[in-house]
Parts: sequence; structure tokens; C-alpha cells
Amino acid sequence: MQWEAVIGLEVHVQLATQSKIFSGASTAFGAEANTQACAIDLGLPGVLPVVNEQAVAMAVKFGLAVNSKISTRSVFERKNYFYPDLPKGYQTSQMAEPIVGPGWLDLTLDEQTTKHVRIHHAHLEEDAGKSLHEDFHGMTGIDLNRAGTPLLEIVSEPDMHSAKEAVAYLKAIHAIVTYLGISDGNMAEGSMRCDANVSVRPKGQTTLGTRCEIKNVNSFRFVEKAINYEIQRQIELIEEGGRVIQQTRLYDADLDETRAMRSKEEANDYRYFPCPDLLPVVLDEAYIQHLQAQLPELPSQKQTRFIEMLGLSAYDASVLSASRALADYFEQVYQVCQDAKAAANWVMGELSARLNRDGLEIQDSPVSSTQLGQLIQRILDNTINGKAAKQVFATLWAQEGQSADEIIAAQGLKQVTDTGAIEAIIDEVLAKNTAQVEQYKAAEVDKRGKMMGFFVGQVMKASKGTANPQAVNQLLADKLAALLD
Amino acid sequence: MLESSVLESSLTELAQGLQTRQFTSVELTQALLARIDKLNPHLNAFISVSDQESALAQAAAADQRLAQGQATPLTGLPLAHKDIFCTQGMRTSCGSKMLENFVPPYNATVVERLAAAGMVNLGKTNLDEFAMGSSNENSYYGTVKNPWDLQAVPGGSSGGSAAAVAASLVPAATGTDTGGSIRQPAAFCGITGLKPTYGRVSRWGMVAYASSLDQGGPMAHSAQDCAVLLNAMAGFDPKDSTCVQRAVPDYCATLAANLDGLKIGLPKEYFGEGLHADVAAALEEAIKVYESLGASICEVSLPHTHLAIPAYYVIAPAEASSNLSRYDGVRFGHRCQDPQDLEDLYKRSRQEGFGAEVKRRILIGTYALSEGFYDAYYRKAQQIRRLIQQDFLNAFNEVDVLMGPTAPTPAFDLGANTQDPVQMYLEDVYTIAINLAGVPALSLPAGRSGTRPIGLQVIGNHFEEARLLNVAHQFQQVTTWHQARPQLAF
Amino acid sequence: MALTSADVEKVAHLARIQIDASLIPEYTRDLSNILDLVNQMQQVDTSEVEPMAHPLDATQRLRVDEVTESNQRDALLAGAPATEAGLFLVPKVIE
Repeated sequence: MQWEAVIGLEVHVQLATQSKIFSGASTAFGAEANTQACAIDLGLPGVLPVVNEQAVAMAVKFGLAVNSKISTRSVFERKNYFYPDLPKGYQTSQMAEPIVGPGWLDLTLDEQTTKHVRIHHAHLEEDAGKSLHEDFHGMTGIDLNRAGTPLLEIVSEPDMHSAKEAVAYLKAIHAIVTYLGISDGNMAEGSMRCDANVSVRPKGQTTLGTRCEIKNVNSFRFVEKAINYEIQRQIELIEEGGRVIQQTRLYDADLDETRAMRSKEEANDYRYFPCPDLLPVVLDEAYIQHLQAQLPELPSQKQTRFIEMLGLSAYDASVLSASRALADYFEQVYQVCQDAKAAANWVMGELSARLNRDGLEIQDSPVSSTQLGQLIQRILDNTINGKAAKQVFATLWAQEGQSADEIIAAQGLKQVTDTGAIEAIIDEVLAKNTAQVEQYKAAEVDKRGKMMGFFVGQVMKASKGTANPQAVNQLLADKLAALLD
Repeated sequence: MLESSVLESSLTELAQGLQTRQFTSVELTQALLARIDKLNPHLNAFISVSDQESALAQAAAADQRLAQGQATPLTGLPLAHKDIFCTQGMRTSCGSKMLENFVPPYNATVVERLAAAGMVNLGKTNLDEFAMGSSNENSYYGTVKNPWDLQAVPGGSSGGSAAAVAASLVPAATGTDTGGSIRQPAAFCGITGLKPTYGRVSRWGMVAYASSLDQGGPMAHSAQDCAVLLNAMAGFDPKDSTCVQRAVPDYCATLAANLDGLKIGLPKEYFGEGLHADVAAALEEAIKVYESLGASICEVSLPHTHLAIPAYYVIAPAEASSNLSRYDGVRFGHRCQDPQDLEDLYKRSRQEGFGAEVKRRILIGTYALSEGFYDAYYRKAQQIRRLIQQDFLNAFNEVDVLMGPTAPTPAFDLGANTQDPVQMYLEDVYTIAINLAGVPALSLPAGRSGTRPIGLQVIGNHFEEARLLNVAHQFQQVTTWHQARPQLAF
Repeated sequence: MALTSADVEKVAHLARIQIDASLIPEYTRDLSNILDLVNQMQQVDTSEVEPMAHPLDATQRLRVDEVTESNQRDALLAGAPATEAGLFLVPKVIE
């Protein structure tokens, strides 16, 4: 049987506010336990919440970026359940009237395919604290620093049908929130967390199968692996005559499998009701317009501009616009060298490979965009050849030089284009390698091309790589032809 | 040592004594602490009494302010806080075993403001646990006795504050009112108590029972005393999202206005079956006084009155069930011995820490919000809440204030209603609708049934506290009920 | 409306309150009586009435995003029943 997976994602994004959503405590990551949890975050008797304006503004900006209807009236509700990392016994969230209404995103999957994913809604809520499971004599420790950090929960429609689509969606959300500057998007630190609802059904069936929710997967790679595992698990289960049970599952990255969570076995009854300590958040059109005017160019807009104005391919444009930092870097390189294709090739090629190899983010690149742009300029104006360029890049990467020009000068990499000088080297090489010259002369015509490569290599070597390869080829061909006469 | 006759003065009279140097705040504080020491064991009005050193230090600072001419009208005057207002460094129990050891690291805004005005805090008064009750019999710290009749309840939930003021242990106290908890004990103890408009007084640091109904207010002998206190208590607080940004008038400035042409509405639903004959008679007399002061009287109708108690016993418990979830034995409060697991920690800590009435309300509220029942209970109650508010707004299109009984009977006997929760709930039949509507109301003493006082309730439109205080003050200019003090034969 | 003891046990679990088996009948009776009182609401048709969550028709005020709280851990943990290494302790949490 042919199976189809149906996937919806709930993405929790920690908003990059200074203070918490309902208190004036700091949201900075990594502080010593419970040093950033004030009386409000702890839910002490008598404390009251007041809503952070930035959290509201950031949610609205996100909504505008994904073509959503912004609710001019939204309501905070209480989601009631007991858990040690939830200090008040309820999470203040939004349910019936979320701040961001339905919207959508178009994803570029490859050169030919785009995917339309609908967003059901996005709502504001407070984050919970953390349970630390190191052993305190059989007890669990509770750190409430994270409690009250503003979260935007973005709920998609079940529009995705493969792990690849889900990851593309997640990357698009990541790009948007980082472009907007409303989150650092750091998945390793939990700034962005993803729950995936996965079900399978026979291809062609319109009703949905029973779904499982995979909780808290903390990297793009694990999202892909967890979903693939879960799809396969469900298909095998059904094919073996079993039945999928609706449940919450955890992804175990070490074992690459999902398993049912014990604590969530019982059906929850969250008893949502409007939070009586907070009033409806009412936004007027002028406020929304004001935020609209502040929006930066968004990933999809940048992608279109890269294609239409800079002539990049759809794929290159989508890769380069996926992160604001990468796009900014690319644009700065382009500003310096004025050749978009060359800039794209270097950023996506040599630079990305080095970053990957060293596990660095673009922000941490040892080669600045200006340095790379100047380097490309020197290739374009024939000051250096490609081989020398790689050497200059390696030197910049090792931070052993200030600029391409300085390195070119210091290492004598300036390309030799003077035909007289190149001819002199060629003569020298031919004089040194008389045996090879004789072989060349004796060889069949169609073998001579390959043998020519030997002489080119020798000439380049003798010039320490600085000879212009085109000139070498041309002059060498002329000389060898003359020898045959 | 100051004499009883001085200590039994109203707040306003004591303020005069301080300002004219008849006595100092230190002398007054010492005398009242001694009186509390002597009388409180019989009344149980206080859960915690301030230690002498701290109270006298506040009094000495107040005396200095008085001497330097930097005093407010409240400087040097002692008061007590209902033990539901957080007091920094001083145990705040909410009448519950759950918070037997809870010492807040902050002050309630009300506490902060009254302290800033120079008042001297003599302690924390008894109450029904988490303000849930109408008789003060639901306190973990024991029942409070009504100073007018030791067999009678003082009313609740601010019963300790009412009894403390009635017995002149303090000239003023704070209270909170979610369904009548300032007004009903004020009526039962023969004092004046005001529940302001919802949002007029900050709820920061006032431990929540039902957040959309709770409101703090003053309790004292006279309307004039309450006006001085409200001047200091009311006003915007950025820490409370539900506190309104609206100028606070000088409530004392309008006390003297005459009542010529005042239109008083008598809701016919407040004078029906179940009203005690003595209460009905006292009200009739009071209305005559108002007529003699130039007011006109007419009958009005609040047709949804009978639905107020049903709607309240959904909304208040629902909010309470959520508000009281934070008492889980993890970060503060009572924790059971040797919990086996997480569930055991929660369930036993809460079983042991909460009293029976609190548990009943948490369970009812949990039920009303649970899956499948929300629309039939919570949503329905909120719709009825709007109908009830509309009743009041309609009435205030026709009249300036409404008057009626605060409670259907004078203070009932201790133990009379403890076996039947529903019967106890019905005691609040005339006060609860006011909280649902969010309008202000006060109770003032207007008669007696034997030794037990009777309260007159005056209800106003949103933010009409000044008018309520004026209306009550004018009555107190021509009557003496508010000057009567119980005979305390200990 | 009469509740069953099973209803009471379910609600008590949701509210995380232990109730001794011997007290279940009493709670069932009291809560049923309260529900009878509450159910008087069902007499009126409110289908056209907008629910009212707050007595004043006010809207949420928004706070400026700034850090106003400093580390108060020692004071806040002082009243906690069980702490270690700056953490609140609870019986083992199983995920």
C-alpha cells in the first residue's frame, strides 16, 4: 500500500524581550538557577501580572510577516494543570482569541517546487521553568529562571507530507523570526522548540489517521529524523495489524527513536478560562500600521529580489535568504565586488564549506564580507588567478593577513600576464624537459591534448602559480605547434 | 495610659487628639497594644499582633512627622490589616494552615500607601480562610466573637477587622470584599465599611480569592473615617492590570454636601421574603431620616437579583480553583511529610493545608470549568453577570443611590449555619450582586436587634464613592448609631 | 443535580486534593446541593447575552519592556519547604 504522512507543527519561539512577559525579571539565558525568577515568576501569593508591550509588538510583527490577520482584540486565558515547573498551577496563554489569526507561507523546496503551508494561528504565552533531573537524593530540582519568558506558539495546519517539508517549514519560520529580530532562534538553547503532530493514511484517503505528538525536538536534523522514524513506526504498526494510539512521544536522539511519555498518559482537562488578572489586549489599526512600517525586508522578499534584480537561481536565492546573517553577509560581499554570481558562489562554496568544517556560524566567520568581496574583485580584475585566490582565502581564514591585496603582495601571488615573461618561462620549461617534448612530437594528435597539461602544470609551477592560465595555454599551444613544423 | 473613652473614639477624633497634642502616637499605640493584649484573647480578632518594638518605632516616626508639620491626616493613627494583605517581613496567613509560615518579601500596595501616610500597623486580623465565608468560622486560627454579643458571629470574611474596630482595638482596619466581606461584618459589628468600585483600589499584594470580584476597602466607625482612609488607599497602581487610571477625588471634600433632591431607589427585591422584621423596621426608620434630609424615595427593580448567588457560586469558585493552584507545597506554604511522589506531594499538602470550605469551593470551581461543563456553568454565569450589571445601570438612570439591608438578618449565632454551606451562602443575598456588577457600596450602622447591630447598605454607580460617603456622613450627622460602642465586660 | 462519588473523585484528582474515602459521601452531598443552587441560572435564556469577564469595560495596559527586578533568590527561597543548591526540590519527576 502507498502511504501518505500528514504533519502539522507547533513551534514555540522565545521572544527576545529584555524582561519577562508578565514581570520585570530578566530573560537572559544561562544565569545561575532561580536568580532571574522574581515573586511574580514564582507565583507568590498576592502578585499580579502586567503584559510586556514588546512581547505584543513582536507577536504582531510575526503575524504581519506571515500574511496573518492581526486580532485587534486578544484575550489571555489560563491553562490549568499541575506540574512542578509551572509555578502558579496554570500557564497564562491564549486560546479562543489569539493575537495572530490565520496566515500562510510559501516554501521553496527546490528549483521547481514551492509548497504552500497555512498557519492556523499564533498566540502569546509564558514559558515554564526547568526540571533538573540530576539526583538530589532521589529528588528533582526546579529552576524557574525560564518561567515567564514570553513565547509565541505558532500552530500550522496539517499541510506537510514529509519530514523534508516539515524541516523546510521550520527553517522558514526560523528565518522569519530572526529576520524580524524577535528571537535569536537558537534551538540548542531552547529559544525555538518544535512539537510535531504526525499521522499516516493510505494515499488518496481524505480523513486523517490517528496522530501522535512528538514533543520538544531541538534541532532541524532531529526534527527530520524524529518525523521519519515516527512515520515509519506508524506504517509498520498498521501493516502488522496494529492501531496507532493517540499519545505524546519523546524523541531520543541517542537511540534515534520516539517513545511514549509516561507523565502525559492521562487525558488532560486544562479548564481554560479568561485570566481575571488581565484585561483584553486591544490594538488599534494605527499601532498595527506603525509596526508594519518597521518590518524589515523578509526572506521571501529578499529571495525574489535576489532572483529578479541580481539574476541568481531560485535555489541559490533561497539558500542565501534563509538566514538574515547569511543574506546580509552575501549582500555586503556583493556590494564590494559587484558580481552577484561570483559572490554567491564564494559564499555558498568555499566559505560555507569552511564554516561547516569548523562548526562556525556566519557571524563568527574569520573572513569578513569586505575581505571576501575584495578578494573576489582581484579575481575579476585578473590580478590573481583562481588557484591563488584559494591560497589568499586560506590565509585570510587563518587570520594571517589583513586584506587580499596585502596577502597577494606579501606572497607574490600577482598574476603574470606579460607575454614576454611567460614566454621566457615556457622556453625554460621546454628546454628542461626535452624528453617530454620528443614524446609530444611523436604522439598521436588526439593524445597531445593530455600531454599539453603536463607542460601547463610545469609552467604554472615555475611561475609559482602566478602566471595567467589562459595566457599560458595560448602561448604554450603556439610554441608546441611551432616545434611540430 | 490613655483611658478607654479616648481609645473608643473615632479615627477622625483621634486624629484631632494627635494634631492638637493631647496625646502622642506612641502613647496611643502603647495603649491600644495593651488593650489588644487584654481583649483579643476573648475576641480572637487578631491572628498576629505587631511586636511592640516595631509598632512603637512607627509611632515615634509619626510623632516626629507631626512635630515637623509634615503629617498627613492619617499620620500617627494605628490600624490593622486583614491578614490577606501581604506585609513585608510579617506573616500573612490568609486564615489558612497553608500559609501558617508564609512571610511575604513585599508589601501590598494598600499596606504601602497607608504606611506612607504615616499609619501605625498594629497587626493582622482574623478572617475566613482565603476570604471564603460569611461568619469567620472558617478560619484555621479559630472563630472571632462579635464584641456586641459573644454568642454571635462577627460576620465574614473580614470578621476580625470588623470586630477589632467595633471593640476599639484599632480605630480603623482594612478589609476585602468579594461578595460582601467588608459590608456584612461591618453591619454585624455596627461599624461603617466601604467596598469601592472594582479597580479603584490596587489588588497588588492582596492575596486573591476571586480576582474579578475582589476589592479592598476601609472599615472604621464612621463614613468620615472611611473617606480619610480611602483618600490614601485609592488610586492607580502600575502593578495591577485591573486597577484603573482615573483621578481620585478628595472624598472628604464632599462629605458636607446636603442631600436636597437626592433620589434614593429601594430595590423591591431587597425587601421581600426572608428579611428579618427588626432589619425591615430599622430600614424604615433610616429611610425616614433620609426623607427628613431632603431626599426623595422611590421603588426600583433589580429583576435578576435572585440569580446573583447562583452566578457568584460559579464565578468565584472557578477563579478560586485556579488562583489557589499555586499552593502546591513546592515554593512556599504547607508541605506534607515525606511525599511518596509528586501526586502525593500535591494531594496531601493541599488536603492538609486547606480547610473544608476552601476545598468545597475549589472542587465546585474545578467542576464548573471542566470539560463539557464550561458553557453550562462558567459562560452562563458570565452572561448572567452582565444581566445583573445591566440591572444596576438601568436603576442608576433613574436614581442617585440604592438603599437596602446589608444582610437579611442581624448577626446570627455562632454555629448556626456551619452544617449547611448553602444556607450560609444565602446570607450574602444582598451583597453579592454588587461585586458581580463592580459597583461601590457601603454599610453603615442604622439600628439594633437586641444587642446586635443592623446595617444599612447604600449602593452607588461606578466610581461614585464620594456620593456614598456623603450620603452616609449626612445620616451620621443626625443619628448616633455609629457612636455606640459595645460593653466589653472582661 | 446529583453528583456521583465518581464525579467527586475525578474533580478532586483534577484539583489535586486528597479526600478520605469516608468523606466522599459528605462532599458528594454538599457539592450536589451547591450545584442545585447554581442551576437556578438555567431558568433564564441568555443566548443573546455577551459574557462579561470583568466588571469594567477596560483594556489591558502594556508595560515598557525593561528589567526592573534584581536577583532576590535568597529572600525568595527562604520560605520554601525544600531547597538545595538554589533549586526547589520535589519528588522525582518522570517524563
